Amino acid sequence: MPDVAASPIVRMTYRDASRAGIREALLRDPRVFLMGEDVGRYGGAYAVSKGLLAEFGPERIRDTPLSESAFVGAGIGAALGGMRPIVEVMTVNFSLLALDQIVNNAATIRHMSGGQFSVPLVIRMVTGAGRQLAAQHAHSLEGWYAHIPGLRIVAPATLEDVRGMLWTALEDPDPVLIFEHQGLYNMEGDLAANAGPVDIDRAAVRRRGDDVTVVTYGGSLFKSLQAAEMAMAEGISAEVIDLRTLRPLDMETVVASVRRTHRVVVADEGWRSGSLSAEITTRLVEQAFYDLDAPVARVCTEEVPIPYPKHLEDAAVPQPATIRAAIQRVVAAGAR
Amino acid sequence: MSEPAVVDPQHGRHLLAEMLRIRRFEERCAELYSAGHIRGFLHLYIGEEAVAVGAMQALTPDDAIVATYREHGHALARGIPATALMAEMFGKQEGCSRGRGGSMHVFDAATRFYGGNAIVGGGLPVAVGLALADRMSNRPRVTACFFGDGAVAEGEFHESLNLAALWRLPVLFLCENNLYAMGTRIERALAETDIVMKARSYRIPADVVDGMDVLAVEDAARRAVAAVRRGDGPMFLELQTYRFRAHSMFDAELYRDKAEVEQWKQRDPIAIFAARLTREAGLTAGEYQEIDAHALREVQEAVAFAEAGTWEPVDELTTDVYTPRMEEVRHA
Repeated sequence: MPDVAASPIVRMTYRDASRAGIREALLRDPRVFLMGEDVGRYGGAYAVSKGLLAEFGPERIRDTPLSESAFVGAGIGAALGGMRPIVEVMTVNFSLLALDQIVNNAATIRHMSGGQFSVPLVIRMVTGAGRQLAAQHAHSLEGWYAHIPGLRIVAPATLEDVRGMLWTALEDPDPVLIFEHQGLYNMEGDLAANAGPVDIDRAAVRRRGDDVTVVTYGGSLFKSLQAAEMAMAEGISAEVIDLRTLRPLDMETVVASVRRTHRVVVADEGWRSGSLSAEITTRLVEQAFYDLDAPVARVCTEEVPIPYPKHLEDAAVPQPATIRAAIQRVVAAGAR
Repeated sequence: MSEPAVVDPQHGRHLLAEMLRIRRFEERCAELYSAGHIRGFLHLYIGEEAVAVGAMQALTPDDAIVATYREHGHALARGIPATALMAEMFGKQEGCSRGRGGSMHVFDAATRFYGGNAIVGGGLPVAVGLALADRMSNRPRVTACFFGDGAVAEGEFHESLNLAALWRLPVLFLCENNLYAMGTRIERALAETDIVMKARSYRIPADVVDGMDVLAVEDAARRAVAAVRRGDGPMFLELQTYRFRAHSMFDAELYRDKAEVEQWKQRDPIAIFAARLTREAGLTAGEYQEIDAHALREVQEAVAFAEAGTWEPVDELTTDVYTPRMEEVRHA
């Protein structure tokens, strides 16, 4: 790990931090390359890869045709062939066109080959709502991918993570899917100029608290932190856990927190039914049932495709106010 | 297609032996399936042997193979030992994929054999990626990608051909056209049945080859591989062939005439080539029997090996889902 303390602090956006991670990987390892739709000349649909073509050239910043299955599959093949591809899929909704390659090949080849071949592939994709992009560009399907053995799923919610998870993911011998929430790209923050790799195994406690644990990740992290601040007004001390990695789940950190707070809110932008939030809740029932003083509360996206109008989109997904209400509810229910 | 004027006697006998190895292996697999030693789906290559055997002659050990779920023939022709292949059929841990894959998922790092893909069309993007890695690493390798006529209707076929052609990647696309996608005849699946025209529409040079003639396949494959290795970009061959057996062991073959099958059996690639060797290269009946007996012995040894193989302990069930973190990633 670099000596962060000795490094100057730089003001940047989540987008800049993501780009810095990619750039660093390209500089560090000649086997790394970026490919995807409009990552080169256009600079990336979310401008993440802007400027990289000029610096690294078209061999390593590869614009692809609109062929999700072919270029994701080509990423798998290139990884098998010794490269370290970063494949960018414009949004999680588009990744469904590559589902065959991700689920039937990337996740299975190590197993089907009896351990002969690993697939060191990284796929970055954009997830989540908040920019009025409607029902084919704004869903949160990372929970689906977290269902699949053979994949590792990460959701960086901070500048440090979006920059540092990429290199760790590239060093992982197995496929890693990185979900970047579209609402985070313009988020500004301070990051050490030489911020380096971070682990992709453990959840992080982002806010300490004693009365309730809010379990969340990605785009809902800062909403949860806001909700926790708001709950202070009612004298409620909320702990906020950022899962960071959605598969495998770091339940150890979650359970340790729940053993102290005895109450849980899960805030997840995925839909409620058959979801990651259901998985977390079930594991708490399995592992910490007798530590719970109140039923687990979930704040999820309403069971509706993401609507276009702003007021309806806002109403569909978790918000600080709805998370705060859930915090109040479980604390009230759990009062002894 | 011009027929090579002379059959090299030694090489000809090698080709015959290779095809017979596959035929005898597959016949034995059918018996073992009926006896319950092989389970799941089993797809036999009987009738199509000339395609895999002819094409493999053109490849070097450095090249890569991506095949389908009907891949026993390719595996044997590529040099995966019959013993490890048969043990895989049995699901034994001595199998080439440690028994985890079975008949449809043969993998072998030593021969750069990347499956064994049972999603029709699913192997093509992977082949394109293997070729991309070679191109970016300046390695003069070829990736040979086998698939059937069924894959031609899949989106992944079109996406992959386009990408390979766009980036001029060293892929040899080998379309085994056996006229049926499972039970659906090509005319019932493709609005345009001229497959090479589709390849040419992506500016990939493409030829139609008699897939029942092992020398024609070898000749076409050698020329195509040379062009790919030279850096000319991808090439495409349509190998016209026919499977003599059912699609899988569950298939009652309601969709095709017995007369049609019998007609194609008149073009049995092994019988035709043996006759030609007899005519042109002095193959005797005794020699043929000797080659055949050798193939049968190899299969017998493979079965014995598989029967003697062991079951992976159940407590290892969840291994090989992820790579142990400390392990170096093994790449061919």
